[in-house]
Amino acid sequence: MHEMGIVLHLAKTLDQTAEEHKLTAIGKVVLQVGEVSGIMTDLFTDAWDYFKVRHPVLKDSTLVLETIPAVTWCDHCKRTYETVKYGKTCPHCGSGETWLQQGNECVIKEIEAE
Amino acid sequence: MKLIKLNASVTASNEQDAEALRARMKEAGTLLVNVMSSPGSGKTTLLSRIIRDLSDLKIGVMEADIESDVDARRIEALGAKSIQVHTSGMCHMDAGMTAAAWEAMETKDLELIFLENVGNLICPAEYDTGAALNLMLLSVPEGDDKPLKYPLMFQKSDALVITKTDAMDFFNFNPEKCRQSVLKLNPDIKIFPVSAKTGAGMDALESYLRESLREFT
Ligand SMILES: Nc1nc2c(ncn2[C@@H]2O[C@H](COP(=O)(O)OP(=O)(O)O)[C@@H](O)[C@H]2O)c(=O)[nH]1
Ligand SMILES: [Mg+2]
Ligand SMILES: [Zn+2]
Repeated sequence: MHEMGIVLHLAKTLDQTAEEHKLTAIGKVVLQVGEVSGIMTDLFTDAWDYFKVRHPVLKDSTLVLETIPAVTWCDHCKRTYETVKYGKTCPHCGSGETWLQQGNECVIKEIEAE
Repeated sequence: MKLIKLNASVTASNEQDAEALRARMKEAGTLLVNVMSSPGSGKTTLLSRIIRDLSDLKIGVMEADIESDVDARRIEALGAKSIQVHTSGMCHMDAGMTAAAWEAMETKDLELIFLENVGNLICPAEYDTGAALNLMLLSVPEGDDKPLKYPLMFQKSDALVITKTDAMDFFNFNPEKCRQSVLKLNPDIKIFPVSAKTGAGMDALESYLRESLREFT
């Protein structure tokens, strides 16, 4: 299960951050999640709520997910388009020589803590 | 409450674990090779062949693909040290799990360890296992359009092994087209077309592994 794996790593990364910054409690955690990262947001927040209680610093935290839109670059006509709407085929020129430019990421943007 | 800007990867802790493991393995003189592919693309068969061909090297295998010890037993039968890793349904190996598997092997004498990662073209590419060499397999029956569908793994791999080339005639696999799209994603990647069945192309791959071992240790 993909979401569970990410949750485990997120918890570990935040525990380390708390140690580094000498934090006692983390509140809001803002994540930026790509539109085509394959992360199911509901599953992800559920997994987080289930898991966070095991970490004292994280037990009252809440996840806020911001979506990063997916954009594809066309190598043929050198233009970009919305990945989710058109998929692999460039709507400008019909080429399949296209690569995902953004939308696959999962980044911790910021946290609120004390 | 204060606001702390991080812009950190969710898996930052894994990346630290991976660096630490790589350093420890280098010290031990062990090259860890992470082997990734779809299920059934020929990982275990290829590793079995390599173990037989490189019989002068001390080789071990970590089996993380599916929770059964069939593959581990296939490897053990060849006399190589092998261990079954229980991923508990996880879709990938991470550096912590890999480090634990290395401990569980109870030897630091191996020269080459292969990690047969979970069969899946997406998740394993997102996690650094601590391996010094990332090898990806693409089998001929899977088709030459895979690079377009799963770009990340091709970008993260040092070498691509195109397996089951003996079946080339039965499938619509265009090696040149595949090479072109892979190089576009990753200009530095090495490409080795092989057949573990006939042995074709194995020499080049095995020399590459020896050379990588020499360079790493
Ligand atoms: N024709 C052909 N079949 C192969 C070759 N390598 C593996 N296979 C077959 O592919 C299937 C899956 O192989 P296996 O090594 O178990 O794949 P894994 O799941 O990636 O470990 C088996 O039936 C193998 O006999 C090859 O080089 N040529
Ligand atoms: Mg196998
Ligand atoms: Zn175009």
